[in-house]
Amino acid sequence: MKRQVKLLQGNEACAMAAVAAGVRFFAGYPITPATEIAEILAQELPKVGGTFIQMEDEIASMAAVIGASIGGVKGLTATSGPGFTLKQENLGYAAMVQVPCVIVNVQRGGPSTGMPTLPAQMDVMQARWGTHGDHPIIVLCPSTVYEYYMLTIKAVNFSEMLRMPVIILSDAVVGHLREKVVLPDISEIEIVERKKVTVPPEEFLPFKPDADDVPPFVSYGKGYRYHMTSNNYDEGGYPATNNHQVADKLLRRLHNKIEKRRGEIVMTEEIMMDDAEVAIFAYGCTARSAYSAVETARAQGLKVGLIKALTLWPFPREVVEKYGDKVQAVIVPEMNMGQLVGEVERALKDKKAGVRPLNRFDGKMITPEQIVSAVKEVK
Amino acid sequence: MAVHVQDYLRMHKMPHIWCPGCGTGIALGAVVRAIHNVGYSRDEVIVITGIGCSARTNAIIDFNTFQTTHGRALSFATGFKLTRPEMKVVVITGDGDGAGIGGNHLIHTCRRNIDITTILINNSIYGMTGGQYSPLTPQGSYATTAPYGTVEPSFDICKLAEGAGATYVGRATAYHVTLLEQLVTKALKHEGFSLVEAITQCPIGYGRRNKMKSPTEMLKWQKEHAVNVKAAAGMSPEQLEGKFLIGEFVNKTAPEYTKLYQKLIEDAQSKGAK
Ligand SMILES: Cc1ncc(C[n+]2csc(CCOP(=O)(O)OP(=O)(O)O)c2C)c(N)n1
Ligand code: SF4
Repeated sequence: MKRQVKLLQGNEACAMAAVAAGVRFFAGYPITPATEIAEILAQELPKVGGTFIQMEDEIASMAAVIGASIGGVKGLTATSGPGFTLKQENLGYAAMVQVPCVIVNVQRGGPSTGMPTLPAQMDVMQARWGTHGDHPIIVLCPSTVYEYYMLTIKAVNFSEMLRMPVIILSDAVVGHLREKVVLPDISEIEIVERKKVTVPPEEFLPFKPDADDVPPFVSYGKGYRYHMTSNNYDEGGYPATNNHQVADKLLRRLHNKIEKRRGEIVMTEEIMMDDAEVAIFAYGCTARSAYSAVETARAQGLKVGLIKALTLWPFPREVVEKYGDKVQAVIVPEMNMGQLVGEVERALKDKKAGVRPLNRFDGKMITPEQIVSAVKEVK
Repeated sequence: MAVHVQDYLRMHKMPHIWCPGCGTGIALGAVVRAIHNVGYSRDEVIVITGIGCSARTNAIIDFNTFQTTHGRALSFATGFKLTRPEMKVVVITGDGDGAGIGGNHLIHTCRRNIDITTILINNSIYGMTGGQYSPLTPQGSYATTAPYGTVEPSFDICKLAEGAGATYVGRATAYHVTLLEQLVTKALKHEGFSLVEAITQCPIGYGRRNKMKSPTEMLKWQKEHAVNVKAAAGMSPEQLEGKFLIGEFVNKTAPEYTKLYQKLIEDAQSKGAK
């Protein structure tokens, strides 16, 4: 077992992790600050027999990734804000039709073209609600290069396991940062494959789920002829556009896939929270500043802790709730005008702790000093 | 021996959703017979569609089938074909689906010359949404969104496909259904990107607003206005005024995308990238 010590850029770690997780198809369209992922995979995928294609836009890229996944191969695409918007249409398709795929969004400043080379955390709600309809989604958010690597593997695994799209929401800081990382040996990394069909073709229904609400998968051309549609569909995969019962059941199942595995999917780190009187709830690059702020505040005798969310959606409400009556306040620093803070408020609505947003949206990171000042204001 | 199209249908999915007199089923029949002619097995064929009346074709045929989002079928098909090059990929699209919202994907798929056979069912209108004008609606025609007649010129999707690099292009109509079957048969056998435009009648969305009340009148219009490209070679511009061409327009060989990519993989594995 050999651990690998490397100096890696965040986007590079993501691309390497994708290959390690078994991704063999990438379709994309160039955009800063995500392009490195495409460039590296253009080089690496053919070496392992995989395919890279640069499509005419992000709509087509998302479609091609889903097409490849339907073909039976693990697919991934990477983009940033404007491109992420274009991916939304087919992202919804993947959620509805239950096609595994991973979308990396290296966030930059918006709205619109905004600040292409500067970081932001403005797509938290787009990641959750960008595509229309009440769809399920998993969104993971790294704050270090190491986490970027590990969460990319998790994202591929979750998507294959649950047959659904998974989003990685990184940002220009984590994407372009170079850090020393110690990667586990490939053999130690758990790689998940989609559940295979066990029944013969005559008994097969493409969307008949198991107890975990996930239907097993078989690709086309293996003797199982079937249909899939993005219209409301029955277990046989055929349109049931006006069937209320079928619609109700389908939507519940799509969401239950996540709820049934919530414990595994919701990932957080609680740092120095045992005796904390003030909590900072942070994610992504802002969690780096928050960590530093906790260290500084502790050195000054302030009882501060950090709840770092690695999973943004489903929102880790159980972890936040736990501290609701223990801490005086939860500070939520975000590089936007206040997005995830609403979820923190929701989780704490019947609790004693107050919620304090701390926002910055000028393309600069929130500094540890800003967070320490916010802590002192509570006290 | 003549084929019974029913043998290839999912009869448990009947009745289909099309209006009486619709031309979509005629085009689908030609496609199914063409697949039969070529001798592909049901398991090796995959038929991918977008959204529209044309897209509903693949729910009722007994091949591998999936429907995608509006206009994007060719992009899904590109991803699929690249990972499963051994499968015979057929895309059925509409004039709105393929030439409107999916127009950009169409030209780039032509350019890549990836081995996908596309049948573009051109009923001159957005049928499923109730008769709005499409990029292929003839200028001056009436539609729900063109109550005074369209001011927009339409384009020739076959010329566009040729210009974009498609290596097999042809056109037929629901009336000239034998020709349609022949063209689709050749398109399926062709290695590279092929496009066959099938001009069909939409009596509900188009005909009744454009002085063609019955499907028969519409088929008669197709008969009277279509000129085979071979016959057209000997005709004057005046004789061709108001007519459209049918037949095989392009049939040439060029390297196919998945084959080229396979070569790239072999090179990357033996030599490494630059
Ligand atoms: C993104 C998007 N825009 C609009 C629609 C609505 N829509 C459904 S079918 C259709 C028209 C399809 O027309 P065409 O491709 O010509 O096929 P036809 O129904 O005539 O066969 C439209 C606009 C949609 N489903 N998705
Ligand atoms: S609207 Fe037109 S194209 Fe659609 S089913 Fe009816 S006749 Fe056919």
